[in-house]
Amino acid sequence: MSIDLIIGILNIVLISTTPLVFAGIGELVTEKSGVLNLGLEGLMLVGAVTGFITLVITGNYFYSLLLSIISGVILSGIFAFLVLNLMTNQIATGLALTIFGIGLSAMLGKKFGGTPIDGLNPYYFIVISFLLVFFIAYFLSKTKTGLIVRAVGENHNSAYALGYNVIKTRYLTIIFGGVMSSLAGYYISICYAPMWQEGMTAGRGWIALALVVFATWRPWRLLVGAYIFGGVAIMQMNLQAIGVKLPGQFFNMMPYLATIIVLVFISSNKLRLKLSAPSSLNIPFEKNQ
Amino acid sequence: MVFLIKVQLREDYSNLIFYLSPLVAVALTLFFGSFIFLILDLSPIESFKIFFISPISNSYGISELFVKATPLAIIALGLSYCFKNNIYNIGAEGQLTMGAIFGGGIGLLFNDSTSVFLLPSMILFGALGGAFWATIPAILKTKFNTNEILTSLMLTYVALFILDYFVVGPWKDPAGYGLPKSMPFPDAGRLPVLIDGLRVHIGVYFALIISLITYIIYNRTLFGFKLKVTGLSSKASQYAGFKYKNLIFYTFIISGACAGLAGLFEVSGPIGLLYRDISPNYGFTAIIVAFLGRLNPFGIILSSLLIALTYLGAEDAQLFLKIPSAVGFVFQGLVLFFLLGTDFLNKYKVFIK
Repeated sequence: MSIDLIIGILNIVLISTTPLVFAGIGELVTEKSGVLNLGLEGLMLVGAVTGFITLVITGNYFYSLLLSIISGVILSGIFAFLVLNLMTNQIATGLALTIFGIGLSAMLGKKFGGTPIDGLNPYYFIVISFLLVFFIAYFLSKTKTGLIVRAVGENHNSAYALGYNVIKTRYLTIIFGGVMSSLAGYYISICYAPMWQEGMTAGRGWIALALVVFATWRPWRLLVGAYIFGGVAIMQMNLQAIGVKLPGQFFNMMPYLATIIVLVFISSNKLRLKLSAPSSLNIPFEKNQ
Repeated sequence: MVFLIKVQLREDYSNLIFYLSPLVAVALTLFFGSFIFLILDLSPIESFKIFFISPISNSYGISELFVKATPLAIIALGLSYCFKNNIYNIGAEGQLTMGAIFGGGIGLLFNDSTSVFLLPSMILFGALGGAFWATIPAILKTKFNTNEILTSLMLTYVALFILDYFVVGPWKDPAGYGLPKSMPFPDAGRLPVLIDGLRVHIGVYFALIISLITYIIYNRTLFGFKLKVTGLSSKASQYAGFKYKNLIFYTFIISGACAGLAGLFEVSGPIGLLYRDISPNYGFTAIIVAFLGRLNPFGIILSSLLIALTYLGAEDAQLFLKIPSAVGFVFQGLVLFFLLGTDFLNKYKVFIK
């Protein structure tokens, strides 16, 4: 294998893994505060389509990025209102968000299907994704606010008794997660593809969710996990190229099978999972209890 | 003017609000839906007519309504067992696909058969296929404590690729011009239709029977009682000595078998062969159907008809209003949002001072 080929492969892995890092790190922060958001796929798709449409109409990258972020704030804000104020089931609400997002993005993007655009250089986003992981790791472990986020996620009743605003903290972490998912979507439609196609995130939102469990809620492990997944996905293409005789479908299902195997491995140690998972995850906070 | 909204936990559990809230959710969805049509520069009233009334204004439309509602109802009935037990099987789409592969495989294996046993064995294998695929997350959950939401979902993608492998590979129709589809099933492997010339099939009876059996199980058996107790309080269920792991297994197998059955009905009923896109997301949409029907066996029948209507309406809207059929998903998402939101009124009293 020549150096050029190795560099080429590494380059593709970098470019294709970045959306997983964005969506995964956002969800990690949301889950650290005790909220499970299954709506990543919907948020990514809407973020992708709003950014794309704005770019086609205005031709301005800044506006398109801004609108993509706003879409994430609005959608995750709705999710936050439902699960925090109305105390709805987080799993069902997240699914509703995903289905809604799939529909909304397809509706909005219908007219823009084949429109060509000038893609943005992905390397800015790749660098930002690394900085982001560094920043979140520092934020969660070394800052006071990060400690509050973790306290709220571990035991919301105690955190409330200590005088921390549980609802406000969770609003912020949910919206942060939502914006990160929108950015992941934006990256896919503007840098990675660059184009718009219905359902173009292709299940990356779900993989990002699995990554958070894989990483046992630790930012650096999430980064490593994302690159393992990204690497496996690229490897299958290369294995096919060098002539490994297996039907393509079996390569395509590998990332999903790998996710399952890794999840089994991570979660089979009950104690380890219990120690690392936020204790209040997926439990609604009711003040008047 | 200042409104002070005060919330108080309900002490009296209101059955009326519990069963009324789906109607409120539907009304709110229509209200907000009309804004979507306004934004798209369409008259809401005309659009709603095309969306909800014209699709079922003739016998063909009503038959299609039942064709769409049948798989949704069967899958949602199965899922209600899981959801009642607080187990989130969201991989029904994969279990449906496996049912179609197993049951459809029997039909293709004996493709010159005229035996009356062909269809029953296809149905049996369809249910087995779905149950088999659902057993995997159940085992992983009970033996390795693995999150069933993620595993059942990942397995959906795997099942779709397996189906893809079969229809482009070993099961491809040699006379099919290289298209990714199987040979048609023999006549003995086709689901009988109820009315000549229409597509509505005997799956409707299965849906009704499953709904009745589910009602009896929920209200008249120990198993149903265990599910209810576990759903309300897993601690109480532990004290009572119910084996939670067994409950997980049974509920997964029931829901998988139902999804597999629905998948087999789709391929041996309206479709008649195997190809890539056998299901327009029935497995995911059935989750909404189950919640909208309040996990009640009869409620699910009603909600399956309503959600089936969003499928038909979306098709008509694409044809006549030139808006993408994905608008159906928007309505489905909205109705679930509002349903979950209105549940708040069931738990709390709200005063405005």
